[in-house]
Amino acid sequence: MTPFTRLQALVVPLDRANVDTDAIIPKQFMKSIRRTGFGDNLFDEWRYLDRGEPGQDVSRRPLNPDFALNQPRYAGAQILLARENFGCGSSREHAPWALRDYGIRALIAPSFADIFHGNCFKNGLLPIRLDAATVERLFQRVRTEPGFALDLDLAGQVITLPDGERIGFEVDAARKHRLLNGLDDIGLTLQRAERIRAYETRRAAAEPWLFA
Amino acid sequence: MPPSPTRPQTLFDKLWQRHLVDETPDGEALLYVDRHLVYEVTSPQAFEGLRLAGRKPWRAATVLATTDHNVPTTRAQRISVEHIADPLSRQQVRQLDINCREFGITEFGLGRIEQGIIHVVGPEQGATLPGMTVVAGDSHTSTHGAFGALAFGVGTSDVEHVLATQTLAIKPMRRMLVRVEGELPAGVGAKDLILHIIGRIGTAGATGCAIEFAGSTITALSMEGRMTVCNMAIEAGARVGLVGVDDKTIAYLKDRPYAPHGALWDAAVADWRTLHTDPGAEFDRTLEIDARELRPMVTWGTSPEMVVPIDGRVPDPAQESDPVRRASMRQALAYMGLQPGTPMTEIAIDKVFIGSCTNARIEDLRAAAAVVAGRQVASNVRQALVVPGSGLVKAQAEAEGLDRIFQDAGFEWREPGCSMCLGMNDDRLAPGERCASTSNRNFEGRQGPGGRSHLVSPALAAAAAIAGHFIEPNRE
Repeated sequence: MTPFTRLQALVVPLDRANVDTDAIIPKQFMKSIRRTGFGDNLFDEWRYLDRGEPGQDVSRRPLNPDFALNQPRYAGAQILLARENFGCGSSREHAPWALRDYGIRALIAPSFADIFHGNCFKNGLLPIRLDAATVERLFQRVRTEPGFALDLDLAGQVITLPDGERIGFEVDAARKHRLLNGLDDIGLTLQRAERIRAYETRRAAAEPWLFA
Repeated sequence: MPPSPTRPQTLFDKLWQRHLVDETPDGEALLYVDRHLVYEVTSPQAFEGLRLAGRKPWRAATVLATTDHNVPTTRAQRISVEHIADPLSRQQVRQLDINCREFGITEFGLGRIEQGIIHVVGPEQGATLPGMTVVAGDSHTSTHGAFGALAFGVGTSDVEHVLATQTLAIKPMRRMLVRVEGELPAGVGAKDLILHIIGRIGTAGATGCAIEFAGSTITALSMEGRMTVCNMAIEAGARVGLVGVDDKTIAYLKDRPYAPHGALWDAAVADWRTLHTDPGAEFDRTLEIDARELRPMVTWGTSPEMVVPIDGRVPDPAQESDPVRRASMRQALAYMGLQPGTPMTEIAIDKVFIGSCTNARIEDLRAAAAVVAGRQVASNVRQALVVPGSGLVKAQAEAEGLDRIFQDAGFEWREPGCSMCLGMNDDRLAPGERCASTSNRNFEGRQGPGGRSHLVSPALAAAAAIAGHFIEPNRE
């Protein structure tokens, strides 16, 4: 996994609450057996005016000019600003894969759905929870200040605004460690293989029907 | 194995402690996984990860696979994998066969009578047992909590992690109790109850929580009703739904293929009877519901929390004070093509879908058939689908003659799969089409791009099919 340490990048606003993973990556694109290539269909139904199907040449599809990701002022943005309960619904990891593939590296919202939130960390994406009033203030600034960018420092857990204002954020210590170092979860767990085997021995004695 | 409790414990606490392999100082647990359910859409990248790293499943015998999300439901495409018309679906289904063979995993593939929606198949096979942890790469894994199992959905990275290590690194959840007391009114069932709860607390209302459903109403529900309730816990933001073990749980599991037999069954039952919340145990949050007040429910918007009783009206965003919520309501009404103040019973429908991991079990089909019997689907309804949850549910329904009742009324009787719940196969809504659906999500585009979904119970979906618009069951 790519480590996440520090990111200085443009912000793109997505002003909707309860953005679900069906909206992030519609189901017709989940028939792929790979982890890459989903970025072209990120937010497909909002981003394009025609109907999206796998295998299209997206460069020929009509773009929805009202959708923030299509507006030139947000081109190259790597930070997505969103509202409450972002990533609700299906557990599909295709959602963070699509965000990453498109170029998003961090998300800021008042709240995230649990499964999506966990999936982000496994794909080098940093989801940051800030209180609703702060998120509202960021929405106002990103709309009124062209080129509005943020500096995210994961090690210091601080966001720096263009005028130097600093906003702290919380992040789970174990997840932060793995993200900063780009660690492989499975490799880490397998270092504890002896504990897993010892557990299985105890459990098989207590609940033998599970090991029959 | 659980340590002797010094204070009363919740069911969640008991299940959590039972599966704790290790704990880090910051409170992250390494939790052991007893049952891993796998299907074609969220697993190929996980198997590929194993292959690339040269890893094998830790305990292949705990994994059970089936195909459900993108399989066609028409008979002609179900003869074999090669008959699936869509090349991308065919590739995914074929890849699951290859992966299961290569890694020694039992698969109920196409053509087997056990094949079906993974959350129908697991309990039906007795592969879901009390006291287990059950995971799958699907958010509706919460369904299995109806058996007193700790069950939740995970992403594909975690599917790979569980395959490789039999464990998950996870933080504890908060404990929430939803206590439902009283008798459900006639015509009101488990689906109406869970839609009501989601409407009360919202789709993020239980984020970070494991919800235990308890009280006399839950006790009175059948196992299938409890599964419907736990299934949609995720639609309230909770990864986990739970119901304590009682006689119904045990009776349901007896003699199922994967359940223990003989002396092991007796030992298991004795253990399972401890799997309930102790009197006096404390929850982080509690919600009380009076079942006697409930009505049949219908969603009007693009989130399961946007729900009203059948005798209600489409709400008016102008009366909502919160600006973010007001904007969401306006977006939803524009997408759904609805005007504020419209009585729900005046909304005409184009399609009906009876199926999904929420409502495709035999009792669901019986409830719908009871409404449909001897009547005809309304002329304005272009398509009415019944998609049984598994081959075994389908066979049972056919043995009871339910397939004839549906087909005589004008419904199509299909092969098992997830079908129009998420529209990964050909069973989709066209843009602008309005559907009465027994599924679990009414998100924009969920059942097909531009499609408009209204979530209802099987009885209400059947009544809507006959009337051509939403109507209280048995009043059509």
